[in-house]
Amino acid sequence: MTRQLDARRLLCPLPVIRVQDRVREMKAGERLEVFCTDPGAASDIPAWCRINGHRVLELKEERGELRILIQVGEEGVR
Amino acid sequence: MTQQRKALALISGGLDSMLAARVVMEQGIHVEGVNFYTGFCVEGHTHAIRKRDRDKPKRNNALWVAEQLGIKLHIIDVTEPYKRVVINPKHGYGANLNPCLDCKCFMVGRAVEWIEAHGFDFIVTGEVIGQRPMSQRRDTMQVVVRESGVGDRLLRPLCAKNLPPTLPEREGWVDRERLYDFSGRSRKPQMALAERFGLSDYAQPAGGCCFLTDEAYSRRLADLWEARGEREYELDDIMLLKVGRHLRPRPHFKLIIGREEGENNFLEGYRRRFVHLRTVSHPGPLTLIDGELGPQDRELAARIVARFSGGREAAEVEVQLVDREGTEQRLRVAPMSVDEVKREWYL
Repeated sequence: MTRQLDARRLLCPLPVIRVQDRVREMKAGERLEVFCTDPGAASDIPAWCRINGHRVLELKEERGELRILIQVGEEGVR
Repeated sequence: MTQQRKALALISGGLDSMLAARVVMEQGIHVEGVNFYTGFCVEGHTHAIRKRDRDKPKRNNALWVAEQLGIKLHIIDVTEPYKRVVINPKHGYGANLNPCLDCKCFMVGRAVEWIEAHGFDFIVTGEVIGQRPMSQRRDTMQVVVRESGVGDRLLRPLCAKNLPPTLPEREGWVDRERLYDFSGRSRKPQMALAERFGLSDYAQPAGGCCFLTDEAYSRRLADLWEARGEREYELDDIMLLKVGRHLRPRPHFKLIIGREEGENNFLEGYRRRFVHLRTVSHPGPLTLIDGELGPQDRELAARIVARFSGGREAAEVEVQLVDREGTEQRLRVAPMSVDEVKREWYL
């Protein structure tokens, strides 16, 4: 199951905080599709995932909008 | 088997907190980081808005530090509870609207709640005696201990040898001899320690990681409070204080004028909630009106907007004014001359 998170127009680090709060409610293996417009999120969300044990499956930028697909890790921060 | 002790390190993204965490990790303590988002943090918003800043490296320094250290980082949104710190600081403000001592008490207090909820043993900060005029003096560092409720569970590894032993030292979880005795404003000991740890690419915000230490920003915030007649704010208010030119030609309204494309795009997101203006006959910025615009103020606002448009030298500029209900009005105005835009209007 893939959940969605709209973090458009939020500025760093709010997209990261929203991702963190949503992931906390999810189970290992579930996916979260995040949409954001702050270019900083392209580095911050993957960095947050790396240090907290989650995987970025896909990161795309189209017309100033980022789409990041995350898979929740086994022992990540919840 | 001895119990694995756990510490929560306050990570600002700067060098000192990074070193403090590293020093404790070196002693076999399990460390995780916490970073509090107050809404006034300098990094983040600024780089995302202005087009000229878009080419600068974009990274959240706290996340970057955590990754360098190989620790987990918890970013906690404290924008709501932090308001009471900014609005009514018990210990007052620093040179600007920076409530540094109350801020430190608040953050350590939040960290105490976190360690108690998560079964951690103590807290680590990068404070150094004498480093900061308000929050990092021997006397005020004791205030933080007292008012945050942390007691002897706060370890400041960079200056621990200058302070009485704390719980982790007394219990032998960390070896006091392998902690440091830094003091004063010199950065040399920290830089030497960074070199020893092989850390070179660290952020050096020089006390500037918070907008409240910025004079111009504080002036805008003070103006906002004065104009509203109360010391309150919402997150959107403090975001908008970071963007554009702010001019207050009359006590009951101010103009927020985008300075370039990136700022105009940012202001676009707020447009529907504000009376806003833009030039029609010439290229120009998007302008939001914060406050109430009386009928007699409309021409004044339009003339100021025209001044900051491509038509500033034209005899007449057509300006579109849209109110909160979406009703549109067109005004043909003469742009203000340089001298007519009063210096004291600028915030």
